[in-house]
Amino acid sequence: MVEWTDFERATIQDIFSKLDYEFVGPAALCRCLVVYPWTQRYFGGFGNLYNAAAIAGNPMVAAHGKVVLHGLDRAVKNMDNIKDTYAELSVLHSEKLRVDPDNFKLLSDCLTVVVAGQMGSDFTGEVQAALQKFLAVVVSSLGRQYH
Amino acid sequence: MSLTEKDKATVKALWAKIQKSADTIGGDALFRLFTTYPQSKIYFSHWTDLGVNSASVKAHGKKVMGGVALAVSKIDDLTKGLLELSEQHAFQLRVDPANFRLLSHCILVVIATLYPQDLTPEAHVCLDKFLANLSLALSERYR
Repeated sequence: MVEWTDFERATIQDIFSKLDYEFVGPAALCRCLVVYPWTQRYFGGFGNLYNAAAIAGNPMVAAHGKVVLHGLDRAVKNMDNIKDTYAELSVLHSEKLRVDPDNFKLLSDCLTVVVAGQMGSDFTGEVQAALQKFLAVVVSSLGRQYH
Repeated sequence: MSLTEKDKATVKALWAKIQKSADTIGGDALFRLFTTYPQSKIYFSHWTDLGVNSASVKAHGKKVMGGVALAVSKIDDLTKGLLELSEQHAFQLRVDPANFRLLSHCILVVIATLYPQDLTPEAHVCLDKFLANLSLALSERYR
C-alpha cells in the first residue's frame, strides 16, 4: 500500500485541478511520439505521423491524448487504491494493446516535462518529486497484470 | 542514436539561448535530482545542506553545467572531448552511470520550467539525444 504524505496528496490534487486536460493530454502524447518515435508503432491506424508538425496537427493523436489524461484522472481521484483502479486497464494494455510497459515510463516523463512547462516556477523540486512518485505508482499499476 | 547535423544545430541554438541561466539550471537540476531520486544523495553525503539554496548545491550545479558547456563545444566528438571527465567519474567518483540519465531528465525539466516556448517537441528530442550521447561519452572509461 502506497504511503502518501499530506504534501503529496495536496500537491497532486492541486496540479490536476489546475491542468487544462484538453491541452496537456494531447501535448504529452504528441511529445512522446516525437521524442521516442518507436512509440508510434502502437498508433498505426492514426494516419499521418510523418513528422513533428504532422503529429502535432493529427486529430486522432489529440483525441487519444485526452483519453489518456482522463484515464489518469481516475488515479487522482483514487490515490489510495490506484492498483485496483487500473486492474482492467492493465489487462487491456497487456492482452489487447500489447504495449511494452517501458513505454508507460516514457509517456510519464513527457507528461512531467509538459506539466513543468505549464507550471513554470511553481513546479518546484518538491512538486516534481510528488508528481513523479504519483506517476511511478500509476506506471507500476498499469504494468501489474502483464505476464 | 547518433546526433545528426540537425540535432547538433538545434542543441547549439538552444544552448546559446539558455547559456546565461546555466548556473541556475545546474543548481536547480541537482536539487531536483536529490528530491525526485533520493538514492542520488549518497554521492554527496559529505555535504550538510542539500537544499535548493545550499551554497554547495549551487556551486556544484555550476560545475556540472560547465561540463555540459564543454560537451556542446565538443559536440562533434563527445567521446574524445569528455575523456578526462569520464576517467574522473569512472575511477574517482565511481558514480553509477544510471544517474546520468536521471540528471539529464532533471535538466530537461528545469529547461521546460524556464523556457517552455523553446523546448518544443522537436527541440526536446534533439536535447534528449544530446544528453544521452553525453552520458554515453561520460561512461566511456567505466569498463
